[in-house]
Amino acid sequence: MTALSAAAIADYESRHPEVFNPPVWKRFLPLFIAAGIVLYVVYCWWFFSIGTVLASGQWQRAEIYARDWVSYAVRATVKMSPEATTVSYPRFSELGNNPNPDWVIKNGNDVSIRFGSSKSLDINAQRVIATRGSESLTILLEPNGAKPQGTLPKWAQLKEDQVTVNFGFAGQADIIPERVVVSRRFLGWANFVFDTASPFWGKSFGEVMSMITSGERIKPEMSNAALAFDNIWYNSSWQHGDVWTKLLQTIVMAFIGTLLATIIAFPLAFVAARNIMPNFFANQITKRFFDFLRSVDMLIWALFFTRAFGPGPLAGIAAIFFTDTGTLGKVYSETLENIDDKQREGVKSVGASPVNVQRYGVVPQVLPVFASQALYFWESNTRSATIIGAVGAGGIGLKLWEAMRTNTNWHNVAYMVVLILIVIFIFDNISNALRSRLTGKQH
Amino acid sequence: MSQATTTTLSPDGIEIERHWLELATRRRAYSWLIGIGLLVAVAGSLWFANDSNAGKFFDRLPHFFEFAGDLVPRDGWEVWRALFDLPSPYYDGSLKYDYPEGRVYLFGGFYFPEYFYKMLQTLNIAILSTLVGFIFGFLLCFLAAKNLVKNRLIRGVVRRTMEILRAFPEIVIAGFFAAILSLGAIPAMFAVAIHTIGALGKLFFEVVENADMKPDEGLRAAGANWFERVGFGIVPQVMPNFMSYALLRLEINVRASTIIGAVGGGGIGEELRLSIGRGHQAKTLAIVLLLLVTIIAVDQFSAWLRRRLVGKQAFAFGGKQS
Repeated sequence: MTALSAAAIADYESRHPEVFNPPVWKRFLPLFIAAGIVLYVVYCWWFFSIGTVLASGQWQRAEIYARDWVSYAVRATVKMSPEATTVSYPRFSELGNNPNPDWVIKNGNDVSIRFGSSKSLDINAQRVIATRGSESLTILLEPNGAKPQGTLPKWAQLKEDQVTVNFGFAGQADIIPERVVVSRRFLGWANFVFDTASPFWGKSFGEVMSMITSGERIKPEMSNAALAFDNIWYNSSWQHGDVWTKLLQTIVMAFIGTLLATIIAFPLAFVAARNIMPNFFANQITKRFFDFLRSVDMLIWALFFTRAFGPGPLAGIAAIFFTDTGTLGKVYSETLENIDDKQREGVKSVGASPVNVQRYGVVPQVLPVFASQALYFWESNTRSATIIGAVGAGGIGLKLWEAMRTNTNWHNVAYMVVLILIVIFIFDNISNALRSRLTGKQH
Repeated sequence: MSQATTTTLSPDGIEIERHWLELATRRRAYSWLIGIGLLVAVAGSLWFANDSNAGKFFDRLPHFFEFAGDLVPRDGWEVWRALFDLPSPYYDGSLKYDYPEGRVYLFGGFYFPEYFYKMLQTLNIAILSTLVGFIFGFLLCFLAAKNLVKNRLIRGVVRRTMEILRAFPEIVIAGFFAAILSLGAIPAMFAVAIHTIGALGKLFFEVVENADMKPDEGLRAAGANWFERVGFGIVPQVMPNFMSYALLRLEINVRASTIIGAVGGGGIGEELRLSIGRGHQAKTLAIVLLLLVTIIAVDQFSAWLRRRLVGKQAFAFGGKQS
């Protein structure tokens, strides 16, 4: 490859002036766009005072909340006095009515609490010894406050008369002279199957099965199997029954809403397509009707119907039905306008009636596309139904939102999210499989 | 021909016809089964929906039109007064007619009507989160494309990350950040932006995988490194498609941020929920009008821009995704 001569360069330049000398605005366009974006972000930063909000956010809570998704804490209070040291648990503890956990070891007036293999607290009336791995801290309990001996390690804090010892994920303890409040954290979901009020609580799977199959009736009016199911269904902290009913509502909302929308949009799309209905006014009116349904957002429909029918899945069905009649109608009429006209002409040429022309000349061409679009909307509506539920339109959305607003039920949130993700995953796959069979290609 | 098929069938022909009839019967049976199954599912679903609803469908239907009648304001001008925060002649000290209360004064006597301000807030949530989603989706998508990254592990990790971001319900992200930052526009923004990263990232890497690799080959032959190859070989050809998808996403995000606003994210969604709940006719109609006009304007603008960017191709798709 040889270098270009000056004359050749000049020749290129004269032939393609727009490449070599673009107008100024074009040359600096990327720079202008970048500057515009930066300006816009700065404006938004000011408009929403993002800086202040982010700075005043309680980020340390994020870790706690995230931990609550997959774990639970058990509280225990150790009261020290020269006569007797007692350990007490809250009334509605995850450990049931008569807790005797293996991580609390009582030996006379000495109480030892284990936070895993190398972490522990040894408590008696005079002092507390906290051990974490190779380090240990002795805290003397004097009448005017807890007094840690020696230098405080990183995992302990002294605040006035209280010492807080942190054992990481395993838990923490607040120590003051009269008592030690222990919070012990475990991975998993507490009492997921049976709550503490149930007679099956705390039994192993084998024991429960044998009670169901061969045990004596616990409640005379119902069999043990029915009782077990009842206990699971009405589990007080997980509310399986309620959650599953609400989840089913969400599924039903998406299913019926999309189905009704498809049924109504199908004939209307024929009216809206200008190659099928030659009447200009009928086309325009139907198309504008679709636009109206689509542009009045799903939220607005949801709020209106919640007001009209009361909270529940009917409102959700109606909202999805109205919005998607508009969207599907638009998509369908556009598909109809792009069909191959030869088949219609063929059917028409043998003297078929107008209805039969559509039935045999148009429908076979568009049906797979229509069905695949409807499936696609069904899939997408399963997601939307969760969100509009939160404004009262039925389904799991509201329950999810309320569980989050309490700030303490993050494990319930995790449970519902897992269920929603499973449902979405299953429906995605069903819809994908059906669609690829309909259109004959992989999505 | 027709005689040949009806009268003189060879033994093979009879066999074929028998098979065909068998197949046709089975097919019809399946169709009936599917039809009946669907009908049962629909009937069951409708019964269940009606049963678990607070008000029953047929009980509520007469009231439905009553409710629609409740939406009619006292006179037509009320809607405009509510929209532009002008004082109402019906003002009686209640929230229903306190239109001027919501004025946002910019300077002197010049004010921004409340609902326009709230609408701007919602639009800004949508635009900013689309922007954030675009930037992160853009940065991630090249790492997920088969033709640019040969390492399956990196590709897998990036793709799974995007899938998780996309599948997680927006409302959960909003709720989680609301617990940390307190209710407001910023949790909504986080939610919409995080979802957008996943959704755009997926569309983007599919575009990248379909890109023409000849410019890339040329750059590689000239000794360009990975970043130069992506920057000069891939980005220029995929950018129009990226922009088109981002605009499509903006349309969706305007709706999404209205909905999240209604559950506590602020903006126009919240105003609408409150106003419908309290039965303020004029305010409700004003907000619906404003939302309708805004959504149509955004859709039209985006459609126009997409048509300029990628031509007809931008409309091959239904226009809805999530």
